[in-house]
Amino acid sequence: MSTTTDPAARLPAATAAEAELAVQARQAPVRSEGYWAGVWKRLRRDPVTIVCASILLLMLLAIVFAPLLAPHDPYQGSMLRRLRPIGTEGHPLGTDELGRDILTRLLYGGRLSWYMGITPVVLAFFIGTFLGVIAGYAGGRVNMAIMRVTDVFYAFPSVLLAVAISGALGAGIGNAILALTLVFIPPIIRVAESVTQGVRNLDFVDAARASGAGAITVVRVHVLGNVLGPIFVYATSLISVSMIIASGLSFLGLGTRPPEPEWGLMLNTLRTAIYVQPWVAVLPGVCIFITSLCFNLLADGLRQAMDVKG
Amino acid sequence: MAFYLLRRVLYAIPIALAVGFVCFMLVQIAPGDPINAIVPPDAPADVVEQVRRDYGLDQPLPVQFGLWLWKVAQGDLGRSLATGRPVWADLSSAIGNTLLLAAVASAIGFTLGCVLGGLAGTFRGSVLDRIAVGAAVAGVSVPHYWLGMVLVVIFSVQLNWLPAMGAGPGGSADWAWDWAHMQYLVLPAVTLSVIPMGIVTRTVRGIVAEIMNQEFVVALRGKGLTRRGVFLHVVKNAAPNTLAVMGLQLGYLMGGSILVETVFSWPGTGLLLNNAIFQRDLPVLQGTILVLAMFFVALNLIVDLMQTALDPRIKRA
Repeated sequence: MSTTTDPAARLPAATAAEAELAVQARQAPVRSEGYWAGVWKRLRRDPVTIVCASILLLMLLAIVFAPLLAPHDPYQGSMLRRLRPIGTEGHPLGTDELGRDILTRLLYGGRLSWYMGITPVVLAFFIGTFLGVIAGYAGGRVNMAIMRVTDVFYAFPSVLLAVAISGALGAGIGNAILALTLVFIPPIIRVAESVTQGVRNLDFVDAARASGAGAITVVRVHVLGNVLGPIFVYATSLISVSMIIASGLSFLGLGTRPPEPEWGLMLNTLRTAIYVQPWVAVLPGVCIFITSLCFNLLADGLRQAMDVKG
Repeated sequence: MAFYLLRRVLYAIPIALAVGFVCFMLVQIAPGDPINAIVPPDAPADVVEQVRRDYGLDQPLPVQFGLWLWKVAQGDLGRSLATGRPVWADLSSAIGNTLLLAAVASAIGFTLGCVLGGLAGTFRGSVLDRIAVGAAVAGVSVPHYWLGMVLVVIFSVQLNWLPAMGAGPGGSADWAWDWAHMQYLVLPAVTLSVIPMGIVTRTVRGIVAEIMNQEFVVALRGKGLTRRGVFLHVVKNAAPNTLAVMGLQLGYLMGGSILVETVFSWPGTGLLLNNAIFQRDLPVLQGTILVLAMFFVALNLIVDLMQTALDPRIKRA
């Protein structure tokens, strides 16, 4: 294979963390049969991760079964019951500026918030891994082409890029997801590329190549198994940011449109109510915060349990 | 070294051009005819055709990009559809305000981050360490636009200590470093500082902990060097990487302040962008994003050069 890319040509954002990932991959631990058993054992012993995973699971169940749990209709309000405080009879979390039940809208709103936060990371995980592994394994001109394009997208701060793309395309759930996917592909490509480069030169990969295996076979059988773990852990850590930016786009009026319930959009429309019912107005943000915090801590726990540095 | 520096500077040029291309494409990917970004929708058809020829919009895309780039290089970012004024006129004052907000926010965030991270890295496993780690995770997980709202509820609505929005008497044009103006900066700057606080704390904690584990620190201690002396050695070793992270964070703040500026109606680039999005004012959108992205490219370059200059261990061929 051709030489690896010149590190000088990279942007500084190729951080120590990424370098560590590469080192990590180079020293890839010998995986005995009990690797996943070990991961699971370590995860179970980590109380923070367990608590976060449980909270997220409960939330997921709550938003999936929203129609069964919600006391009211998410779209139907009453002008007579506008902006009731928390603890109102029949409206435990109060009502919004159009008299709609907050608890109901939070339950339904979670559906869109989760969907818009997680979909971009999942899409970016597949696309980014695909391109990053190609760049890392092929090296040479292919690597140049992929990594230089990545550099260009790295030259935008992530929130700005998301706002720019969805601002130009116009409001809409699809446009917001597209914008966020484009934001998260480059960082995943970088991690995938550096991990793959680390694995590529290991002896067993050389051995596989020497025994006549084609590039696709080598990548599928020998490389992917060793790189997917670190990339997956990295992608998990992006979910938190993704949820914050996705709801942020809706908050700016770029994601979901009224009357659709979504946490960021609810926060935006309730903004005018902070002088009337301040504590009701900040509730959707509490949901975003808890979700993003739990995903962050879960990603940290996964990283430790899977023994991925970075 | 000199060769590396030169290469790094030269490499910024294609990146800047490519960033320009992405910004140029923003108007192209926008639904509808790009001509709508220049003339109001109610303009008569012959005027539209005239403008289309004048702006070279009947030319192929690469030619159009060249023409656009030529104008941008001369400082012409086009005119706002909403106000009819040159984009640069609104943008120049907004950039100053965003820079002010980002600078104050990073001063708060970096100071807190260095102190928390340094203490946490030195005393690993202590209660202090746990507090710092908790604060760092909370800082990076909090939706900052929501935090801004909460701060407004507490300090403006409930306590009535600080103003909820705006940039003070006379707006940003009459900015002065007195309390009458600075009180408007407190809440947005604190809100914006939580992200760099979290990231810098994490980074500094990791770096310091790693340095403290190295043998030379043990040797310095064994030699009988004072705590102060050891501290200086640690700072010297931690500085290059920490500064690099800080530099990038400043750039992220400039680009990411749109949400906070919207919450507090701070008259910066974020508010400008927000208004441009609402009015579908594509020239303003494009110009603002271009300038912010160019700023980020320049910052990237400076951080990289600075890091190389500060750390003699970095030898990049």
